Amino acid sequence: MKKQFLTPLIIFGFLVILLVVGLMKSETVRDVPSPLIGKAVPEFSILTVEDQAQSFSSEELKGQVSLVNIWASWCVSCRAEHKLLNVLAQQGVKIYGINYKDELVDARRWLSAYGNPYVKSAHDLTGRAGIDWGVYGTPETFVIDKKGMIRYKHTGPVYQDDIVDKILPLLEQLKAEA
Amino acid sequence: MLKTYVFLVCFILFSMSSASLFAGPRGEPKEPIVFDNPQVEKDYLELSEELRCLVCQNQNLIDSNAELADDLRREVAKMLKQGNNKEQVTEFMVDRYGDFVLYNPPLKSTTWLLWGGPFVLMFFALLLMIKKISSFKKDENEDSAELSAQEKEKLQSILKDK
Repeated sequence: MKKQFLTPLIIFGFLVILLVVGLMKSETVRDVPSPLIGKAVPEFSILTVEDQAQSFSSEELKGQVSLVNIWASWCVSCRAEHKLLNVLAQQGVKIYGINYKDELVDARRWLSAYGNPYVKSAHDLTGRAGIDWGVYGTPETFVIDKKGMIRYKHTGPVYQDDIVDKILPLLEQLKAEA
Repeated sequence: MLKTYVFLVCFILFSMSSASLFAGPRGEPKEPIVFDNPQVEKDYLELSEELRCLVCQNQNLIDSNAELADDLRREVAKMLKQGNNKEQVTEFMVDRYGDFVLYNPPLKSTTWLLWGGPFVLMFFALLLMIKKISSFKKDENEDSAELSAQEKEKLQSILKDK
């Protein structure tokens, strides 16, 4: 075959490769890389869902390894991951909640119906704390180290694979840190 | 006829039930965003066009109907009214959502391919074009080369016959 006929074919092949790579990557591409990783948790102090006389502040996240989970009763995929969070809490993982743009009644009803894996949940009715955490799609889960720094962010519901492959090993690693 | 009717009723019932399934966050109806200062309003409109909605990622804040886009629009309006300038508001958004929130990404180590790519491609295209054109010229020159003695003889004989 003549070289001049081969050139378009090579270019076409290259475009096909680009397309396939793009398609395969598109699942993960939705995950916006968070600029918050490696930074201290945003400061907040909000009344809790469980008890409106008590508050949950960012100070409490210092000195221990914990998870912060953004959830809402109106969020369908939050329900999908809820069972796993319950199991994690039973295994002794400290999970703090931020209840995002939810009515107090609905949030409480949810916790009594599906179980409460959270040490406490901040009642972020306006979603203002959510903006500081860079929340754009509930549920979101953050891993916090002993210094109160965000070390990992998972957007969307966590599945068993995410917990076993990423979150649990990271928690162990962070617990070993000074 | 009856079948169509039953189908329609089922369809309407189904769409009503699914509508409540996909219900987003509830809350008080919101006040419209109003400005007294035309300059602030101009800044607000410009920013809302430059910032991306993170929920529907191919829309900017002003186009998007997402709940988060509305919250972010209100935050932008609030910050501008408090006297922050456009750069400060942009920085606030980038701190939380990263460069992804900008429709006009800054030039830095992770984005050089994005900015430089078209020029690199154009450079290679030009190179290819120049090569092609010069090879055409070469072909032409070869065709119009001097005729050999034999060819001249042949040409003369053809012309004589005429």
